[in-house]
Amino acid sequence: MIDFFTTHAPVLTIVVFIFGALLAPVFGRINNSLSYYCALITTALSFVLSVYLLFSVYNNAPLEYFLGGWKPPYGIEYRVDILNSFILSVVSFVSFLSVIYGYGSIKSEIYEKRHPAFYSVYLLFIGGMMGILITNDIFNMYVFLEITSLAGYALIAMGRTRYSYMASFNYLILGSVGATFFLIGIGYLYMQTGTLNLTDLAQRLQGHFDTNVVLVAIAFIVVGLMLKMAVFPLHFWLPDAYTYSPSVISAAMAGTSTKVAAYLLIRLMYTIFGIQAGFSGINFSGIIIVIASITILAGSIIAISQTDLKKMLAFSSIGQIGYILIGTAMVNKYAFAGGLLHILNHAMMKTALFMVAGGFFYKFTSTKINDLKGMGRQMPFASAMFLILSLSMVGIPLTVGFISKWYIILGAAQSGYWIVVPVILLSSLLTAIYFGRVVHNLFFKDSEASNTGILHAKIPYSMVSSTAVLVFLCIFFGVFAYMPVEISLKAAENIIGAMPWK
Amino acid sequence: MKDDVILRTITKFMLPFIQIFAFYTLAHGEISPGGGFQAGVIFGASFILIALVFGKNSARSKMPRNINDILLSTGDFIYAFTGLFCIFAGGLFLEYGKLPFHSAKEGNHIGMIIIELGVAITVAAVMMTIFFEIAGKEDD
Amino acid sequence: MIEFIADKYNFWIAIVLMMIGFYAIIAKHNLVKKVIGLNIFQTSVFLFYISISKVNGGTAPIIWHPEGHAEVVYDNPLPHVLILTAIVVSVSVTAVALGIIVKLYKNYGSIEEDEIKLIEHNEPELDSK
Repeated sequence: MIDFFTTHAPVLTIVVFIFGALLAPVFGRINNSLSYYCALITTALSFVLSVYLLFSVYNNAPLEYFLGGWKPPYGIEYRVDILNSFILSVVSFVSFLSVIYGYGSIKSEIYEKRHPAFYSVYLLFIGGMMGILITNDIFNMYVFLEITSLAGYALIAMGRTRYSYMASFNYLILGSVGATFFLIGIGYLYMQTGTLNLTDLAQRLQGHFDTNVVLVAIAFIVVGLMLKMAVFPLHFWLPDAYTYSPSVISAAMAGTSTKVAAYLLIRLMYTIFGIQAGFSGINFSGIIIVIASITILAGSIIAISQTDLKKMLAFSSIGQIGYILIGTAMVNKYAFAGGLLHILNHAMMKTALFMVAGGFFYKFTSTKINDLKGMGRQMPFASAMFLILSLSMVGIPLTVGFISKWYIILGAAQSGYWIVVPVILLSSLLTAIYFGRVVHNLFFKDSEASNTGILHAKIPYSMVSSTAVLVFLCIFFGVFAYMPVEISLKAAENIIGAMPWK
Repeated sequence: MKDDVILRTITKFMLPFIQIFAFYTLAHGEISPGGGFQAGVIFGASFILIALVFGKNSARSKMPRNINDILLSTGDFIYAFTGLFCIFAGGLFLEYGKLPFHSAKEGNHIGMIIIELGVAITVAAVMMTIFFEIAGKEDD
Repeated sequence: MIEFIADKYNFWIAIVLMMIGFYAIIAKHNLVKKVIGLNIFQTSVFLFYISISKVNGGTAPIIWHPEGHAEVVYDNPLPHVLILTAIVVSVSVTAVALGIIVKLYKNYGSIEEDEIKLIEHNEPELDSK
């Protein structure tokens, strides 16, 4: 039995989502709450499966799964190693907590009639991301990328204002352009090698890195994925998308979708582009580090000037993606582990922050920073959680934000990219400024008459408890950082491998 | 277009052939161009033709919303269940050869057709859904 | 020069189409025109994939002689399959985009991007849906 389970676990992580997405509307015909429990059980199952996969590959060899029994170069292969099972666990955990959170907030933000469709599309959204993470076939990655993006457009369009349609449309246009760039890049790689399997591709690309075809392919893929990731000059879709979507979707998206695009770039950089070896005189990691540094600074600076809390968090997300890129592009074990840890940490922090913002919205139907004055007295628990999360975002010791920044700086010092250190310190300062403004409004200002329009008197336990779990984990993993650090260090060793460190 | 006699007569005449051609494409997908996706598109297009010529309500009465929604899920269920059944039959996901038919060759043969049937149903239902949703809501 | 263009005319067509589509996406303010541009852009990629699948002297990848007694060169069928998937994706994207445009028109009475932004700027409205 356990053998059967281990063999089929990679594909079952995806199949539960297919069944969940189909069963949710069917149950919705009977009762709306049944489709909610369907979404809850599906995400819970996938979380259990991903944690099981993580422990399994941490202790043993990577798992392979051949769909339809076709051997790798011909068929689609699912491959689970420590890197992707780690992110798999993060994504499924965030999506699970978001569903719990949604029990209270979805009812107030989305029409009753649309609930089953909402849960179905939400499961497709998460399932697509799990597919990206688990597959080892580059075209399959494209297909899953489009599945998750299409579901994402629909979810954003379900937002509470009429402008959410426009936000969704802008994301749709830019997201499709990005995915099509990715598709062109795949076409060039196929042209050069005649294969789509990543492992096979890596072998056949050896010695072809100086051909123009491969360079063009890399350029297209990197630009396409950076569009999906919202790296600085290509970030225009993200602030509107996060601001105008329902609170649950802001929380789930902030924790998952850009991280998955980042994973895609990391995986392609290391497995097939061979960033470790460097190719044809182009300093690939140098380029990415410069772009990521600009992203960090630009995202933080723009965030300072925002008046809407959700928009400020969205720009902060753009900046934080830079940390993940900067850590993983340095080709150093510690920096890579730091970048990987930041995927976990930022997923927890930003999801929790969007959850708190959703809580403010639930009670006062406003997320304007000026309307939050004196909220520390009216909503003490939520404001306290916001304070802890802000400290964690800044990177105060004993919170998770500190751990990942520490490892990135350690790696930067080891590998000689000294420019990264001031960038990270400066960005921490900027983060302190823009979060400080909100915290100042929350605790040190008297409430004005304008924000007395209370919509709901009490915030449901589901919303409070899911946020509290994330806040607790932010501190727990900040103090007892042993487990995630061990896992990401081992993942870094596996990915960077026997390559000499720079 | 509801008053155009020629259009209406020819549509009525052509519809059965279009739908039978969809089934032909589905059944011959193995050995010639065609398959579930194309068959589904042709079948869905036949209903879009009804909507264009006889009006949206007429097409909706032939394919009610409930049935359309159920078909949408049914096709996917056929696909996913076949895949899962292969696991319980001792193979890997979607390994048709392990299906309990007489031989692996037979299993591949029939498994493929079942999968294509599921794809065709879903695609046809999706085509109709897309058309009706964009052409205007009945109840919104 | 002219041979250089004529030999690879399929790739040139793909490039020209791609630029036309990209121009429409960037420069047009009408949302439907943007979607049309996106479609042209994606079509150019389909043409590119079909081009790379061509084998010299090859024919359509359908088995003409199942017994194999004739020497037939086939095109590479894999890019055709891949592009079938990409076409499905493109159709879905178009469907979602058109659905969103219908909703936008219902809410704003316009499908011009700048007009929508103007309306939103002048009379911002919460909870309108």
